[in-house]
Amino acid sequence: MKRLTGFWAFTLLLVLLPIVFPDNYYVTVVGGTALMNAILAVGLNLLMGYAGQISLGHAAFFGIGAYASAILTTRYGWNPWPAMSAGLALTGVLAFLVARPILRLKGHYLAMATLGLGIIVHIILVQTEGLTGGPDGLSDIPGLAIFGWAVDSDLRWYIVMAVTLLLVLWLALNIIASRSGRALRALHGSEIAAEMMGIDTTATKTGVFVIAALSASLAGSLFAHQQSFISPDSFSFFFSIELVTMVVLGGMASTFGAIFGAVVLTFLPELLVVFEDYEVMIFGAILMLMMIFLPQGLFVSGQQLLRRLLARRATGTAKEGSHGAA
Amino acid sequence: MNIRKTLSALAMGTLLGLGALHQALAAEPIKIGSFLAVTGPASFLGDPELKTLQMYVDEINGKGGVDGRQIELVHYDTGGSPKKAVNFVKRLIQKDKVDVIVGGSTSGSTLAVMPLVAKARIPFISLAGSVKIVVPPQKWTFKMPHTDAMAAAKIFGDMKKRGITKVALISGSGGFGKSGRAQSLKLAPQYGIEIVADESYGKKDTDMTAQLAKIRDSGAQAILNFGFGTGPAIVTKNVRQLGIDLPLYQSHGVASKKFIELAGDAAEGVRLPAAALLVADQLPDSDPQKPVLLAYKNKFEAKYGPVSTFGGHAYDGLFIALEAIDRANSTDKEKVRDEIEKTKGFIGTGGIYNMSPQDHLGLDLSAFKMLEIRNGDWTIVE
Repeated sequence: MKRLTGFWAFTLLLVLLPIVFPDNYYVTVVGGTALMNAILAVGLNLLMGYAGQISLGHAAFFGIGAYASAILTTRYGWNPWPAMSAGLALTGVLAFLVARPILRLKGHYLAMATLGLGIIVHIILVQTEGLTGGPDGLSDIPGLAIFGWAVDSDLRWYIVMAVTLLLVLWLALNIIASRSGRALRALHGSEIAAEMMGIDTTATKTGVFVIAALSASLAGSLFAHQQSFISPDSFSFFFSIELVTMVVLGGMASTFGAIFGAVVLTFLPELLVVFEDYEVMIFGAILMLMMIFLPQGLFVSGQQLLRRLLARRATGTAKEGSHGAA
Repeated sequence: MNIRKTLSALAMGTLLGLGALHQALAAEPIKIGSFLAVTGPASFLGDPELKTLQMYVDEINGKGGVDGRQIELVHYDTGGSPKKAVNFVKRLIQKDKVDVIVGGSTSGSTLAVMPLVAKARIPFISLAGSVKIVVPPQKWTFKMPHTDAMAAAKIFGDMKKRGITKVALISGSGGFGKSGRAQSLKLAPQYGIEIVADESYGKKDTDMTAQLAKIRDSGAQAILNFGFGTGPAIVTKNVRQLGIDLPLYQSHGVASKKFIELAGDAAEGVRLPAAALLVADQLPDSDPQKPVLLAYKNKFEAKYGPVSTFGGHAYDGLFIALEAIDRANSTDKEKVRDEIEKTKGFIGTGGIYNMSPQDHLGLDLSAFKMLEIRNGDWTIVE
């Protein structure tokens, strides 16, 4: 079970945090947001980090999930759970339909196509006022309840987000370790070589695109019920960029790196508010410095650094050993 | 490692202890929380709002505060994002433990935090425009700026006086334009006005002659444009270029000198409703708002440059909150909320506020002045 050591350690951390710091703003409120972003980042990382396909429109799927839940519960009186499932189904079908034509493209063209997808969804959310409430958004979205257990406090939302993240994480780690995971990495290395090895690259890419979209849709539904109000601003192009930054910052092709990136990017602005007017500037500078000095991402570079330090300590007697990449 | 941890814990404990002691010694400050879009696309709202809040909080503290208590302003920049607004409001409530919240530059961020303030039972004065914020009124939320429904009503009232019954509507596709269009369509029948054309344009469109050509052939007696930014200036120019000789009405969304600059000569004769702050100098001396407006205008302009109505909303919100705290003689949230609701005859920059349980805005149509652009400047035409 060595493969899942990280998973269990992370689970333990998520359980311990609210126990040690109950009612702490940074744990329950900011932590909850960070966990939601992490759900998105883990999904996007499968697509970007492992399969090597960029997406600048991931906020679209987040938005579809959120609006599906919001519209079905507020306008049609659905229970949140079937509404969430309907959102997932809709996202799945849509992602499947757009995946094939879009993922034929490569590099900049793929980036542009996904960017377009994100913008189209945003425009639809703004323009179809009758359904989405337009720029003013939708309010009075009901909260969630799990068998009578109402999710009505920040701590409870932390728990829901944490459980969902662990599920998505577990799924992601298993996909990566499976045959499809190896296929994804082969695809990243060279699409032609992967096809030569008998991998159906189109099916693999479509599959991972749908999975990434589904995790975003799930996070979107949870977001809608947590906030009880949504407007198109939350699903704009800027959020897509933020998600890409999380994945890149943490370290591409490292699932825990994506989580780490999400956590850092959620917490940094909260911690930087003490600098008032210089907040945004310092935020930018930190991101720049990180990418210059830790180009493989915060988590991956940090891991390597730690390993090197440990190895140096161990080389008192033994020589520096060989370490496989994570 | 362990010693270090213990030490830092001790240090933290001492600091916290000292902080508590300090607070107990001085009279506890009144904490005003704020979340504004100081950066980002809506910074034209948040920037003057924050400057206004800071300027007046400093001034009041210099004069000894309210009831001998200093005022502490805690503010966060949302960048216009409702998501950030939600987190920052939680922070204001849970961590900073503010007594009242004055803020929310955009309608999106205000609507996003309304469930939160209701749950936390904290008085909240919003600085955003949408009519959805106060209709239906929610117990803990109040708002300062005029609504687009009021602008539409003011315009239709003026049209009625001129005997206009057929109006062509053209609106921008942004949040402001959309909301204005919806309110106009709803209100027109009440004034016996028929909307004979309903056109729209995109945020970045540079030519609206196609839409205006349709309007020209629609038999309208006047044109009403609800929009924000450069759109209305282009509409104004296009109307003159097409030689359409109908009265043109704009909304309060263009109530800035920038519009006259952009539209140039074409702006002559355009009518629009606007807050009195814009024409403070031209008001008759008998107008009760005049001294308040001039004082705010001069103070702001001496420090920061041209005044905007948005900063004025922050002035109104801050003083309505402080006067309520003063009347309540405490910062008890329930009492302060009740006092805000009882605000009567408060002379602000936006108008004269008379709140009630049914009306959490408290302005009537007299808060708007009908202006006409003559010789490149505003003229009051009432």
